[in-house]
Amino acid sequence: MMLSYQTMLQLAVVMPLLAIPLILITRNKPNLREACSIGIGLILFYLVINLYHGVTQGEVISAQWVELVPGLGINFSIEPLGMLFALIASFLWLVTTVYAIGYMRDHNEQNQTRFFCFFAFAISGVMGVAFAADLFTLFIFYEVLTLSTYPLVTHAGTDKAKAGGRVYLGILLSTSIVFFLFAIISTWFVAGTLTFTAGGVFAADVNPVIAGAILVLFIFGIGKAAIMPFHRWLPAAMVAPTPVSALLHAVAVVKAGVFTIIKVCLFIFGLDLLAILPSTQFLLYLAGITVLLSSLIAMRQDNLKARLAYSTVSQLGYITMGALLATSAGIIGSSMHIAMHAFGKITLFFCAGAILVAAHKSKISEMHGLGWQMPITMTAFFIGSLSIIGVPPTGGTWSKWFLLVGTLDSAQYFLMAALMISSLLNIAYLLPIPFRAFVPKEKMSREGIQIKEAPLPSLLALSLTALICLVLFVYPQPLYELVTSVFSTAEAAYGK
Amino acid sequence: MTLHLPILQVIVPLIAAPLCMFLKQYPKAVWLFSLLASALTLLISALLLQQVLTSGTIIYELGGWQPPWGIEYRIDQLNAYLLLIISAISTIVLVAAQTSIEKELESYRQSYFYMLYLLSLAGMLGIVATADAFNVFVFLEISSLSAYALIALGKDRRALWASYQYLIMGTVGATFILIGIGLMYQMTGTLNMNDLAQRLPEVAETRTVFVAFAFTVVGICLKLALFPLHLWLPNAYAYAPSIVTAFFAATATKVAIYLLIRFTFSIFGLSFSFTTLPLQTLFLLLGLLGVFIASMTAIYQNNVKHIFAYSSVAQVGYMIVGLSVGSALGLTATLIHLFNHALMKSALFLALAAVMYRIGSVQLNQFHGLGRQMPLTMAAIVVGGLSLVGVPLTVGFVSKWYLVLAVIENGWWHVALLILLGSLLAIIYLWKIVEAAYFKPPVHEAGTIKEAPYSILIPVWVLIFANLYFGIDTRLSVEVAQSAAQSLFGVAP
Repeated sequence: MMLSYQTMLQLAVVMPLLAIPLILITRNKPNLREACSIGIGLILFYLVINLYHGVTQGEVISAQWVELVPGLGINFSIEPLGMLFALIASFLWLVTTVYAIGYMRDHNEQNQTRFFCFFAFAISGVMGVAFAADLFTLFIFYEVLTLSTYPLVTHAGTDKAKAGGRVYLGILLSTSIVFFLFAIISTWFVAGTLTFTAGGVFAADVNPVIAGAILVLFIFGIGKAAIMPFHRWLPAAMVAPTPVSALLHAVAVVKAGVFTIIKVCLFIFGLDLLAILPSTQFLLYLAGITVLLSSLIAMRQDNLKARLAYSTVSQLGYITMGALLATSAGIIGSSMHIAMHAFGKITLFFCAGAILVAAHKSKISEMHGLGWQMPITMTAFFIGSLSIIGVPPTGGTWSKWFLLVGTLDSAQYFLMAALMISSLLNIAYLLPIPFRAFVPKEKMSREGIQIKEAPLPSLLALSLTALICLVLFVYPQPLYELVTSVFSTAEAAYGK
Repeated sequence: MTLHLPILQVIVPLIAAPLCMFLKQYPKAVWLFSLLASALTLLISALLLQQVLTSGTIIYELGGWQPPWGIEYRIDQLNAYLLLIISAISTIVLVAAQTSIEKELESYRQSYFYMLYLLSLAGMLGIVATADAFNVFVFLEISSLSAYALIALGKDRRALWASYQYLIMGTVGATFILIGIGLMYQMTGTLNMNDLAQRLPEVAETRTVFVAFAFTVVGICLKLALFPLHLWLPNAYAYAPSIVTAFFAATATKVAIYLLIRFTFSIFGLSFSFTTLPLQTLFLLLGLLGVFIASMTAIYQNNVKHIFAYSSVAQVGYMIVGLSVGSALGLTATLIHLFNHALMKSALFLALAAVMYRIGSVQLNQFHGLGRQMPLTMAAIVVGGLSLVGVPLTVGFVSKWYLVLAVIENGWWHVALLILLGSLLAIIYLWKIVEAAYFKPPVHEAGTIKEAPYSILIPVWVLIFANLYFGIDTRLSVEVAQSAAQSLFGVAP
């Protein structure tokens, strides 16, 4: 059976939703229920891989659903960046589901059926964001993603979860409704179209002040990219169970944010216009400040997940900055960093969850000597950290390299310095954790310490993602080719 | 038969109401009978809309008397659209009525309830269908008087006071309208809307016409609960029987908005209302104030019916802002929101009727834990609430999109920002309900509360699906609203 690419594209968006009735039907048999999740995950990944082959062969894949208001509807079309995002998200959904099985059961979490349902729902939102052919469609799925992840963030149902959920929903919904929607309607009003177009949609003689204001609205409105001062939702969302933090707040949600920013920069403004807008420089500095400040805040966090959350805020700043640099190296760096950071950060979150489940520890100060008890986990943590920092032999090296080249290309020396300093800060807040775990300060006797790792599914998942961090260093070629093809094939997909 | 549809639209419920008395002993039979009557009006209004869309405005002379001596019914796109909204909501709400009313009213009152309901429906349909200014007043009184009685039926003793408040305010409003119509008649010698529209410009620059205009507009604004004339509304909605609230919240204010559009746009004309008199600034200001103050007040309410009642006042604010733009796009936005808001509020208040049915209260602290005990009802409130906020794929988003676009088209960027900010307030009061229902430990012991009966649940979910469906397929609401607005502006659609 060979489906047309168009069908596969639509199936990819709908497929995760199909998992929901299956999960509900099998809710009394946990093994079968998780099998459904994994089965649908496999099918989704298969579809996305097929689509990837289509894209690399230069196929133009698009589909139209309904027209909501004249000229605006739900339309999908695939370009390389969306392909990259869909690949990462569908693959990591699968891995996270495997991880979650171990974590959720071992941690005796309640309401697991609800958890897996909304998880699938959120992934459907991600697929919609990744394949959206215009801003309107993207906005719809962006909101679907926000709302479907709210029950995941507040999963515990405690007062703390409720408070975290308030911040999460409050910031994400209000930025998206007040700024993002406003920016979209303004774009529609000024440019007359919302379809992603290579080279941007604005006319050459657009008033730079208005376009600049719209750009500011976009950057603030896409709250999922966590640019300061709208970053507070990310640490607040850490009340969620660890698999949620891992997938949604290292991959799906935050990457949907920066992905949207890259799309807006490339296909709404176009790099030429972006480079001359008066507000770009201001936003670049804001991104630079976000990178530095959140790295500093991360150093002061003792809770491991909170530290990782602030580290994410900082790394998202890198990606936003790369997109705003308006050079091809910046875009390449940003896009690659989406992938590199995804694998690095999800490894770290997986490890944090594994430590919580196996050793019942969440504070960094309590993790001294943990390496002897959980050697595999801590090794994976070490590899993930290296990738976030961006040193060989991990994939993060490449994306950071391109980002630096991007700052040099556009002669942004302040930003270059910010990136360098932040990398040093990354070392300072990440590496001590595995280091102290293996080489504790005070001498501890090794006797009586037994190896007690996390449950097998979780351990497999985190080893796999750590391994991929290493693989991406020696074998970044497909990724690089996919990302660079955005400059050539986007024109074929979207028209110039 | 099709020739007489315009009058049948009004006559069917009007005749059906007294006929209910023959079945008085059997409330269930009365219910079926009134449901039938309402469904018939729905059918008629659907036929009317189709007829108007294919062959243009329908003019019907009552009893064959020619206007201006006889009363004329004139169905154009605007009122055909309104007739459809009113009769559709009325029918869906009536489906749920039997279960809810049986619980909320004593048995001897139930038959009267259906009678009053049909009278009120007939009144509203009459206001919309007629093209005679005095006839408007007559039907206004029919619908209002039955409304006072319906509200007073509420179980809570405070319903009497709420009904009395509404009676006073409503009567003041109706009197104002009557004075306005009287003055117009004095100046032009006609009551026919079409004639009025032609003759008023000749005498436009007189004080009498100004006064007539002021009385009419203030009177209508009282009826539509425009801030700050909204004080009667929250209590009336909160203490009336749940079904009554669901019906009125979705239709009564819509009829008043219709009247406002008729009088300011068709009869007095846009240039008179907006240029000669400062109605534009006034509407914009009061609309925005209404949005913010009513939404803030909603946040601090503990009775969920109060929350949504204040939210209704805020939503009226949005519609008035749309009118104040004074462009075809602005009017389109108002008309779309008219339709969409009817869907949201009827769904939400009907869901509250389900809660009332099961736990006999709609206080916020009684909602604790209902997320598990009445999952389908609560899910309906969440979806309906999201529609109120204006989340994509719901009707609320479509409304907001058009409203903001209309405001931006006029160059009012700051107003656009305010409209979007206003919808954030809706998130806050919605989330108060969500957190109570899903995060608080249940107040009712497990097993004592069951999901609402299907007779209420099904209409609720029909309306919720309508909220989603018309949020995706906007052809009906947007196209009719667009062509109605354009015809009011004299632009060829």
